[in-house]
Amino acid sequence: MADSYNFSTSAYRRKIRMHSILRFIFCLILTIISLIPIYIILINSTRDSADIIQSGIAVLPDVHVLDNYAKLTSETFANGSYARAFNLWIGYRNSLIIAGSSTILSVFFSAMTAYGLTVYDFKGKKFATTFILMVMMVPTQVVSTGFLEFMATLGLLNNYIPLILPSIAAPAVVFFMLQYMKSSFPLDIVEAARIDGCGEFRTFMQIALPIFKPAFAVQAIFAFVAAWNNYYTPSMLLVNGDVNMKTMPMMVAGVTGLTTSTDYGVTNLAVILSILPIVIIYLLLSKFIVKGVALGAVKG
Amino acid sequence: MQAANGRRQRMVSYAKYGYMFIAPFFIIYAFFMIYPLINTFLLSFKANGSDHPDTWVGLQNYQYLLFGGETRNQNAISAEFWRSVGNTLILWAGNFLVQIVLSLLLAVWFSDVRIKIKGTGFFKVVMYLPNIVTAASVAGMFLMLFGNTKYGAVNSLLMNLEVILKPITFLNDTWTSRVLVMLIQSWMWYGNTMLLLLSGIFGIDPSIYEAADIDGSSGANTFFRITMPILKPIFIYVFITSMIGGLQMFDIPYLLHEGNTVKPALQTVAVFVYDNFHTVYNYGYSAAASMILFVVTAVLGLVIYRFNSDSTAPKKRRAK
Repeated sequence: MADSYNFSTSAYRRKIRMHSILRFIFCLILTIISLIPIYIILINSTRDSADIIQSGIAVLPDVHVLDNYAKLTSETFANGSYARAFNLWIGYRNSLIIAGSSTILSVFFSAMTAYGLTVYDFKGKKFATTFILMVMMVPTQVVSTGFLEFMATLGLLNNYIPLILPSIAAPAVVFFMLQYMKSSFPLDIVEAARIDGCGEFRTFMQIALPIFKPAFAVQAIFAFVAAWNNYYTPSMLLVNGDVNMKTMPMMVAGVTGLTTSTDYGVTNLAVILSILPIVIIYLLLSKFIVKGVALGAVKG
Repeated sequence: MQAANGRRQRMVSYAKYGYMFIAPFFIIYAFFMIYPLINTFLLSFKANGSDHPDTWVGLQNYQYLLFGGETRNQNAISAEFWRSVGNTLILWAGNFLVQIVLSLLLAVWFSDVRIKIKGTGFFKVVMYLPNIVTAASVAGMFLMLFGNTKYGAVNSLLMNLEVILKPITFLNDTWTSRVLVMLIQSWMWYGNTMLLLLSGIFGIDPSIYEAADIDGSSGANTFFRITMPILKPIFIYVFITSMIGGLQMFDIPYLLHEGNTVKPALQTVAVFVYDNFHTVYNYGYSAAASMILFVVTAVLGLVIYRFNSDSTAPKKRRAK
């Protein structure tokens, strides 16, 4: 009796371990699938184009990364078509300006809107809240035709304003902040501040904003990544072809779209450089991000 | 607390601050979203072409898009529109199928208390990574990998291994290019969907599983009888948000081609809207297609709204 019991538990344990190992292997395969496209491009960015053409995929990196970078930035290589389509530092700068300011605006004004809707009582408050929830899922893309025509009328094409300013109204971020305030913002604090003679706006800036900090972090990361990765809106608005205005995704699309002068090493390098900052940010903040995915925020 | 608030406000009204705090949001929203929506609506009733932009044509644009017209051009635009609708649905459905099977499996595994997998935290980080990589760069990456010629990485590998004799034109053939887009989209989004489903499963009271275990319920039985029914709301949520995202699918299909034009098999509705506006100045068609997209999205969005206004509903990121 005792023996058979022991046997069954050890068999059960063995079965569990087997399953655990099988699942681990499956996850390992998915890990490889998730990383291999990036890995191949990374390796190819260090190789000479002729070598890539001749021997296809390689496992280990080569030494040509600086040569490729020189070609990427050269005014003469391939008639300067790479340099015309892609300028690393200007691309980083432009994307940083747009993504950075959109992030700050969207997080700050969303907190402000959520604060206004939570702390104060006023006519139309319920309507305003319902409205924000209802439009949360409507992506800006569906109004792109009218948006673009309107911006053209205002003379705002080839301008960063229509890329940055709309982030002030980010319904999904407001929604998230509302949830956050409901669960972790003590309204007594506002009362206390009033009794101490603190102005309403100062209460928001100095007392409420610090409490919002954890919510800020998650929302800021996603807002930044979404703005940085956005290709659709900038490519619609920045139409004069001036490389000095282009964002990183536009530049990478420009390089991979070069049909006449394909140097595989150089193109691969451009692709890798375009994703480098965002991958570094991700690896540094991955714990935050993975937790934050399920917390709220809607991708734009 | 709420009541105390109300009582004080009768003495000193703070209402004006409420308006001040929410004003920026609504002003900007009206300017950059509502007016553009009205403008799109108006444009959809105007003629095409940049030479006579202010001629009203009534419902003509919708008519030609949906049902075609008398001339060849009018019929061509209708065919193009319906093809783009078909492409969008095919690309989205294929991507969703792969994505949901994979992420459901992973979510159930990662939350399994009996059979633990080592390194779950690491796997989650890696599997989510493709989602944050710039879509335009992803398109660039897969252009390099699946190039049409023997210089494409996959072609050269297969040819070196002598699996194939001549290169497969992945990007040019209707179905290889579609499957490629589906796989790319799945690759980008399965980690995201997995994390959403996982958070839904973690919301399930573990004692239910313990009870099922004690009652001798098998793994499959537990999954179909307990996990799936409880996951249903979040499942519907993922389904609809993914559909909303899928309807806007643009970057990958738009950029995944060698040469200058988007492949017809990959022309989604978003690409149709973009191309008609930029390339051929068919503002009317572009706006009408946008409005159709808007109506469909708004209906889907209302379903999500019903979920969100229900306090127990999950609030999650949108999957594409």
